[in-house]
Amino acid sequence: MDLTVIWAFIIAFAVFAYVVMDGFDLGIGILFPTFRVGQGRNRAMNSIAPVWDGNETWLVLGGGGLFAAFPLAYAVVLPATYPLIIAMLLGLVFRGVAFEYRWRDERHTKFWDLAFFGGSLIAAMSQGMTLGVLLQGIEVVDRAYAGSWWDWLTPYTLLTGAGTVAGYALLGSTWLIWKLDKGVQRHARYVAMRSAIATIVLMGAVSLYNIFLNAEYADRWLSAPEVYLAAPVPILTAIIAIALLRSIARGSDHTPFWLAIALFFLGMAGLGVTMFPYIVPPGLTIWDAAAPESSQIFMLVGVAITMPLIIGYTAWAYWVFRGKVGEEGYH
Amino acid sequence: MFDQLDALLLARIQFAFTVSFHFIFPSFSIGLASYLAVLEGLWLKTGKQVYLDLFKYWIKIFAIAFAMGVVSGIVMSYQFGTNWAVFSDKAGPVIGPLMAYEVLTAFFLEAGFLGVMLFGMNKVGKKLHFFATLMVALGTLVSATWILSVNSWMQTPVGFEMGANGQFLPGDSWWDIVFNPSFPYRLAHTVTASYLVVAFVVGAVGAWHLLKDKTNPQARKMFSMAMWMAALVAPLQIGLGDMHGLNTLEHQPQKVMAMEGHFDSHPDGAPLILFGIPNSAEKRVDYAIEIPKASSLILKHDLDAPMAGLDTIPDDQEPPVGIVFWSFRIMVGIGFAMMGLGMWSLFARWRKGLYEWTWLHRAAIVMGPSGFVAVIAGWITTEVGRQPYVIYGLLRTADAASPLDAPAVAASLLAFVLIYFAVFGAGVWYILRLMGKPPATGEVEANHGYDGPIRTAGITPGPTQNPGQAETLPSDRRDA
Ligand code: HDD
Ligand code: HEM
Ligand code: HEM
Repeated sequence: MDLTVIWAFIIAFAVFAYVVMDGFDLGIGILFPTFRVGQGRNRAMNSIAPVWDGNETWLVLGGGGLFAAFPLAYAVVLPATYPLIIAMLLGLVFRGVAFEYRWRDERHTKFWDLAFFGGSLIAAMSQGMTLGVLLQGIEVVDRAYAGSWWDWLTPYTLLTGAGTVAGYALLGSTWLIWKLDKGVQRHARYVAMRSAIATIVLMGAVSLYNIFLNAEYADRWLSAPEVYLAAPVPILTAIIAIALLRSIARGSDHTPFWLAIALFFLGMAGLGVTMFPYIVPPGLTIWDAAAPESSQIFMLVGVAITMPLIIGYTAWAYWVFRGKVGEEGYH
Repeated sequence: MFDQLDALLLARIQFAFTVSFHFIFPSFSIGLASYLAVLEGLWLKTGKQVYLDLFKYWIKIFAIAFAMGVVSGIVMSYQFGTNWAVFSDKAGPVIGPLMAYEVLTAFFLEAGFLGVMLFGMNKVGKKLHFFATLMVALGTLVSATWILSVNSWMQTPVGFEMGANGQFLPGDSWWDIVFNPSFPYRLAHTVTASYLVVAFVVGAVGAWHLLKDKTNPQARKMFSMAMWMAALVAPLQIGLGDMHGLNTLEHQPQKVMAMEGHFDSHPDGAPLILFGIPNSAEKRVDYAIEIPKASSLILKHDLDAPMAGLDTIPDDQEPPVGIVFWSFRIMVGIGFAMMGLGMWSLFARWRKGLYEWTWLHRAAIVMGPSGFVAVIAGWITTEVGRQPYVIYGLLRTADAASPLDAPAVAASLLAFVLIYFAVFGAGVWYILRLMGKPPATGEVEANHGYDGPIRTAGITPGPTQNPGQAETLPSDRRDA
């Protein structure tokens, strides 16, 4: 297979890994105010404290990988989404330090809890809106961004932002169903149901909007023969969505989390159908933006050697912290 | 009101501000991670409680510093694209892969083992925990290696070809790019700098508690360890700095001219200007105090060797002399002061006064933050000295910026300044508070007033958070 296509898949994998793993961290942040002060919040946060840094590293791989494999896309997308990226980075600053700070200063725990919530919300919203900017298309002239610096704010990007916030809340609450028990788990289940419904509705809305956004997108989803390739995605999504709602209602322990991930996977597949082979619609394909072969090969060697190790020790770290969180301390 | 020039200047200020802030934390955590590994290793080897106490004392501080390093670092990895889009497009094929390697080989390693290092001491057994600490320390060093290779390539670019689309493309050998001429010197000098940063912070904390209680065994141990580092590593750093400077003279001569304040050429032996006020408009150093011919002696090892000055360089290729001249002197001055304190401590040790001489302790406290100042001053020398280029001699900073409007950059710069000072100010304050508490026998891992960041309970409930001491407090009551 073409190296550039392989690299497109590697970046897509990194983005997917990020969205799922930091997605549940950010989702817990978004839901944080709904948890009771004290044990409820402490346990919610402790369920991710040992792993959030590793989860966030996938974002660095997504960004760094894009820089390395598709430098032109990196150089175009970041200026085009400048305010969103800055907001996301600052949101991640607040979210990240809250993990340590809230335990260090009893008098300001409330403040850092608020920072944890606000940072997570802003980061999630900006990520979703960045995706929206990409899908609605970025104007490129002479290898540079040529739009204005308000292009990122449209009803469509607000919709994709809201969808991402709801989706992360779904991941976060289903993770908590798995990692917590008793009253807090019941609360997580209650929130999960609502986030699941919101996510499904917003996913549907974004998909419909896509069809009206761009004639080329509509072609891919509505006309033969493309539609035979595309059709399984919405059908499977519907099946998974129903299974998800039922598993939350039935009180399963970890099934909702896996189904939520499956939902995200199908969302990602849908995105692939919509965009491929463009990396920056409407003008830049992955081949236009790709780094030279020598750079791609050099990095591919690195990925081939390190990725199995990374997946191995990450899995080990999750295994070390398996089980329900701090049940002895909870009454 | 604004024009493109302002957008460029604001982008430069923003990059300098965010990277300087970022670098404060890694320069501390690179050294501290290694120190923690040494402490844990000594504890495993000797079984002495004092090492475990020190490990637990410093790991609380490490956790906060590391979190700040991570969040400020993520900002950096996106700043290349947000502020230097043209640079990213052009240099991406060469430096992008090196940065990708940094993520793959260093960031994942640190982050993957950090959770176990911070929270897993009684979940995985002593040996495996030590392994996790080692992996985190290794990760910080590997990270420094890659990012410094990137930076060094921008200072001394080699091993590339120019593409038809204006991109820098990798040549035949990645080896040449990674091991570019200034990289080995910069790596050695920067890593050693991190060790000195930590030595002086640890020394100051030890000295502070010795002033209050000369018998505190943990304070004595940390002060002694830190002073060994100061005595041995500060002279080493001066030697490495000298070699680094000679290498710079070969590859970036105008940077050295600016560091030395040599506006004029000296055909028969250049003086070493100790102090003075560089006057770029008049192209001379006012009020200079100089040692005749000493610069030629240091840089060429010959009193009469001729040395070219900035008069041989076209004006539009000169770096700003004043900043480079002063930042260099601050770094070198601190280097010699560090060595001085190290020598003093050796003398005190010999006279059995290491834990007694209060003036030595006071001096160590004053020197506590000096490592950070030296590190930032060193980077300013390096980075400002390479101006007006981002890729030395090939791509001008002015041509590397993103097509952004000045108000957008101004707004984000303002947000960075306000938020960084507030957030990282709070973090530094928490660190100082932890440092203010005296280290104690039976130190706990995280002693906040109430149920702290306890981790998942695991299959067997209620493991202790403090191995090596009276077993099993339930984890939610370990602070009581
Ligand atoms: C990987 C590359 C890299 C690394 C490790 C650093 N920098 Fe740098 N720095 C750059 C890459 C860069 C750059 C992208 O190349 C800049 C932006 C504009 C320029 O001229 O160089 C720059 C500019 C720049 C400037 C502005 C100089 C000027 O415009 O006159 C300062 C003061 C610093 N940096 C300071 C630092 C500090 C304190 C660092 C220590 C951590 C540091 N840099 C590491
Ligand atoms: C502009 C240049 C730089 C960029 C883009 C950058 C990027 C980053 C990023 C993304 C992280 C977070 C990694 C994580 O998620 O764990 C990080 C942390 C770190 N960086 Fe940087 N960095 C830069 C400069 C430096 C320099 C000059 C050094 C050392 C010589 C350095 C050493 C480290 C270390 C050791 C960490 C781990 C966190 C810590 O120790 O505080 N970085 N950096
Ligand atoms: C007398 C002693 C010293 C000498 C002669 C010296 C020399 C140098 C030189 C020539 C450079 C610039 C190299 C270039 O960009 O081409 C440099 C950079 C630097 N110095 Fe020093 N230095 C000394 C002490 C120190 C100390 C004590 C520290 C910190 C504790 C330090 C930290 C740094 C750092 C972080 C840099 C920037 C990174 C680099 O380019 O290596 N230096 N030093």
